Amino acid sequence: MNPLILLEKLGRAVLNVLALVGRMSIFTARAISHIFRPPYYPRELFNALVAIGWLSLPVVGLTAIFTGGALALQIYSGGARFNAEAVVPQIVAIGMVRELGPVLVGLMIAARVTSSIAAEIATMKVTEQIDALVTLSTNPMKYLVAPRILAALITVPLLVAVGDIIGIGGGYVVAVKNLGFNSAAYLQNTVDFLEARDVISSLVKGAAFGVIAAMMGCYYGMQSGRGAQGVGNATKDSVEAAAILILAANFVLTGVFFSI
Amino acid sequence: MIRMDNVRKAFGENEVLRGMSLHIPKGSSMVIIGGSGTGKSVALKCILGLIQQDSGQILVDGKDAASGDRDAFLARFGMLFQGGALFDSLPVWQNVAFRLLRGSLKRPQEEARAIAIDKLRRVGLKSKVADLFPAELSGGMQKRVGLARAIAAEPEIIFFDEPTTGLDPIMSGVINDLIREIVVEMGATAMTITHDMSSVRAIADNVAMLHDGVIQWTGPVGEMDSSGDPYLEQFIHGRAEGPIEAVR
Repeated sequence: MNPLILLEKLGRAVLNVLALVGRMSIFTARAISHIFRPPYYPRELFNALVAIGWLSLPVVGLTAIFTGGALALQIYSGGARFNAEAVVPQIVAIGMVRELGPVLVGLMIAARVTSSIAAEIATMKVTEQIDALVTLSTNPMKYLVAPRILAALITVPLLVAVGDIIGIGGGYVVAVKNLGFNSAAYLQNTVDFLEARDVISSLVKGAAFGVIAAMMGCYYGMQSGRGAQGVGNATKDSVEAAAILILAANFVLTGVFFSI
Repeated sequence: MIRMDNVRKAFGENEVLRGMSLHIPKGSSMVIIGGSGTGKSVALKCILGLIQQDSGQILVDGKDAASGDRDAFLARFGMLFQGGALFDSLPVWQNVAFRLLRGSLKRPQEEARAIAIDKLRRVGLKSKVADLFPAELSGGMQKRVGLARAIAAEPEIIFFDEPTTGLDPIMSGVINDLIREIVVEMGATAMTITHDMSSVRAIADNVAMLHDGVIQWTGPVGEMDSSGDPYLEQFIHGRAEGPIEAVR
């Protein structure tokens, strides 16, 4: 292939990515500014709190309990190779709170909430409901976007906290019932080993991942193309973008909190 | 009341409006006709500010539509969308009273509900419909709810976007009659876009035909059949042959 054509294609791809980042940044700045400026829509916020927070509890709980249990089994069998089976409570606690809790909850929220927000808003766009909102003197950024982002900011850290606790609980059940650990000692080791920094990092990650998940759902929903294919693409793109950004943000935040 | 002067709008390479000029006097009912994709909806959305025109001017009561208090400007309008555009998550009465439950026109909930039920009755729906959700309604009922929402706040100007699309001829007639009655009763200025000639004859005081991005012909509805304009004649008689190219 002609190297100039290759260079042109590469340049076009880079420009497209930069334009996307620019559009997302402007959208994010506008969305956040609307959170602080009236009018406010408390009923919409309440509905979003229920949809994002309360209704996500089952999926978060199930994900966390199985992950915590599997983690205990893995650490036990891995630790047995160098006589370190006793570290199961400590590693389950640190693994769940620092990494697996926030990341898995973030990814489950991306799957459940981002897709739902993107599909809902995209459908509203293709059926002219967004235009109808504008003609009814209601700003879609305030009515649709700001409440969802605020709700995710509030609820996802709480979901992460719940996920952390249930995940540790899953590890505890497996360790005590299957691996012969003493119940009181397991709990004591877990509590003693965790630091405030671990918990704070978990909650901060939860807040960041929640905002990313809701923002991507809203952004791709509002940018949706026409018809069923437009809605489908908006949903797919939003989940992909949310998952990638959550993992990238996790790397950055882990570096911020724990780099020595 | 509404004046469009040399309005142009392009989407990429596709120039949809190429200098559209139109005047809609206060209290009159203007119907814009034209084939699919000729820019009728774009023109309507430009007036409302949902789409920004590239050039030209749109004046409402002599004031630039794009300047001034946006909420106050939009509060003067009601709009019936082609597909109804009802909010799926809200019951019918909250759809109708949407504007009355929030913003500058906010009323107590009971009062807003009473107004919504009154408007539903006005468009021929019973009060028991008020607590249903849009998905539970037929297409014709959804159009009526959309119409009730458009008139709920007693707007001065009402836009109707393809009001009879997707309806059977009898329901189309019912909606056309309702629109005409309501516009006369409220003394509102109305702008309807359609390619349904029965709607044109039922609703219009004046007709404008949009073709190739400009107003090809405009005049009173009574002069439409004797206009002598080959574009208009081809359109109203639905002929395949004529100056308007029919893609087959």
